[in-house]
Amino acid sequence: MKVPFSYIFRNLWTRKLTTALTAGGMALVAFVFAAVLMLDAGLNRTMVGTGSADNVVFIRKGAETEIQSGVTRDQAALVESQPQVARGEDGKAMVSKESLVLISLTKTGQDKGSNIVTRGVSPMGFVLRPQVKIVEGRTFRPGSAEIVVGKSIHDEFDGVAIGQKLRFAQNEWLVVGTFDAGKSAFDSEVWGDVEQLMQAFRRTNFSSVIVKMSSVDNFEALAKGVADDIRIALEGKRERLFYEDQSRALSTFISFLGVFLSVIFSVGAMIGAAITMYSSVAMRTAEIGTLRALGFRQPSILVAFLTEALLLGLVGGLAGLLCAVFLQTITISTMNFQSFSQLAFSFLLTFKIVVQTLVFSLVMGFVGGFLPAVKAARMKIVDSLRAA
Amino acid sequence: MPDVYYLKLIFKNVFRAKLRSSLTIVGLVIAIVAFGLLQTVVDAWFAGSNAASASRLVTRNAISLVFPMPIYYRERMRAVNGVKSVTLLNWFGGVYKEPRNFFPQFAIDHENFFDLYPEFIVPPDQLIAFKRDRQGAAVGRKLADEFGWKIGDTIPIRGTIFSGTWTFTLRAIFDAKDDTTITRQMYFHWDYINEWLKQKYPRRMEQIGTFVIEVDDPSRTADIAKAIDAEFKNSLAETLTETEKSFQLGFISQMEQIIITIRIVSFVVIFIIMAVVANTMAMTARERLTEYATLKALGFGPGFVAALIFGEALMLSLIGGGLGILLTFPLAKVVGVIASAVFAVFKVSQATVLMQLACAVVVGVAAALVPSWRSARVKIVDGLRHVG
Repeated sequence: MKVPFSYIFRNLWTRKLTTALTAGGMALVAFVFAAVLMLDAGLNRTMVGTGSADNVVFIRKGAETEIQSGVTRDQAALVESQPQVARGEDGKAMVSKESLVLISLTKTGQDKGSNIVTRGVSPMGFVLRPQVKIVEGRTFRPGSAEIVVGKSIHDEFDGVAIGQKLRFAQNEWLVVGTFDAGKSAFDSEVWGDVEQLMQAFRRTNFSSVIVKMSSVDNFEALAKGVADDIRIALEGKRERLFYEDQSRALSTFISFLGVFLSVIFSVGAMIGAAITMYSSVAMRTAEIGTLRALGFRQPSILVAFLTEALLLGLVGGLAGLLCAVFLQTITISTMNFQSFSQLAFSFLLTFKIVVQTLVFSLVMGFVGGFLPAVKAARMKIVDSLRAA
Repeated sequence: MPDVYYLKLIFKNVFRAKLRSSLTIVGLVIAIVAFGLLQTVVDAWFAGSNAASASRLVTRNAISLVFPMPIYYRERMRAVNGVKSVTLLNWFGGVYKEPRNFFPQFAIDHENFFDLYPEFIVPPDQLIAFKRDRQGAAVGRKLADEFGWKIGDTIPIRGTIFSGTWTFTLRAIFDAKDDTTITRQMYFHWDYINEWLKQKYPRRMEQIGTFVIEVDDPSRTADIAKAIDAEFKNSLAETLTETEKSFQLGFISQMEQIIITIRIVSFVVIFIIMAVVANTMAMTARERLTEYATLKALGFGPGFVAALIFGEALMLSLIGGGLGILLTFPLAKVVGVIASAVFAVFKVSQATVLMQLACAVVVGVAAALVPSWRSARVKIVDGLRHVG
């Protein structure tokens, strides 16, 4: 015979303060657990969303980021002439030769500058990144000292509203628009005309060449073609992989911090649950004896107390998740150590994270409640009836 | 009642419910250790700025660090009133065998670099050997120990910014003058790199990432910095000069949000454990209500009962806190070894220990507040009638 569920529920309900403290502790743990997973998921979405499956990034051999790289005009032309490169309706190769520099902008509310990627692009640069859309103002005119800024830059930095001017490289650059890049890494960038920027920075080399392949399967052939030509000395990477690699260190750091925190926090929460359940068992010794005398068997008692602990875990998990939902409105902008520039990303709650968090909370409840439940189930009827 | 008996009573009370108390103490130990480690992580982030000198200035390109400045700026800086000497420092960004072996490498002016950095103690004969060998390298003690390098060893470094594989011969190992000095980096001749650039990339030669300046009078750094920047106003490469400390803080502020997050999280740990301890005290007080009523009936005042509960909570949290503080040191050592590539200095500071202690006290006091208030106010009759 099973112990009725209402009995279990009412047990928690009568001792509200203790239940609230225990479930509150668990809720905090579930919250932190979910928050870290959400941060990693958000970072992942940003990086994966930045790359397209049929784009390839070429940078100088040995360089790990676009900033470190240099691509001569000759090299870029050789890449452009590869047969696997997609061509537009007008027969033009779908290739964007880009130049990257870092400039220093001041975040709203800070007095020190942060490094911002400023990317010189050709009109093809927009074609190769269909996720980038101008949402305010207009795009820059080729051949003029105009720039457009990403959404995160627009939201978090000073002096980048439309009509304002940035001063760098002995020139004034007029902000003419804001673009939304669908939460990808481009949201943390400033874009301008590649020829203008290169001239201003006295550069003759591009930083990278972005190529759209005529088919996703052409990557091996394209990479081989470039590698075999000793004049080129560039290295190609699928754009998705390229951006994933860019944030690998940050992602590892977040995961490491997440595991460390979750382990520590959950031990604390499990101890809290164990204390609560032990005291619950101790206080109800006589009650347990009565239940046994009424004919409830040992397994039923075990299940009843375990259910109580699981219920505590579930309440904590749900409360934690509820708080975590609100995190999705927050955007974090921090330095990506690898690219040496700012990267904005937000918390992302996925179905998988919801399930993981709830399972995690239930496990906390189970582990915390297991020993006390065993203790309750193994009480001798006579002794426990006498205890009162 | 003499104080000794009073303490004895509290002590006995703490260990009456052995299991519950030990669980609570374990929870406290974990929370205090976690708090200490997280605070140390934050401290480690600031290690660079703590090691920085206030009498040295760093000049970089005003656009951002990735832009170099022409080397001839050095002569013009020397002419600025108050400048004692100027040396060169250029980030190299190479990889030793694998990217995970990360450590900073800098190309420097071998002639006077170590004169400006008295915190690095170089044996005189090794310094001479380093200065004489064009391909010579000087590394810090910590780095040398980590990779087991000895004087005369050949160290291959794969360049990411200066492509190709470079080989250096270890000529000097320097020691730290004090605890805050970082000795996990490598220096070699800037001339050597420049010579190579002259042959391969003539456009990039005779350029430097940062100048380090020693001033006559540390109290005048602000004026001197202004004078230097004025010297290069409206030139091709405008400069930004700040104290070394502020230069280092600039890096940290770019990662500010991560540091703030870690700070918040470290306090959340304490908050969770506060819930656990409060729960323990709430249950303890509820169970002993009859006892407190008896004490009151015997003539002890409400203050006595409250002090009893406060004493118990404090003793519990101090035992846990004390054990936690003791455990933090060996654990920090382990973490420091594992994470040596990320944190050059990982040391538990005195401030951290004091904060751990303060947290333990706060947890104890907060946990005792509600139960002691309730127990002190309980009417004798009600208390005696109460069934735990």
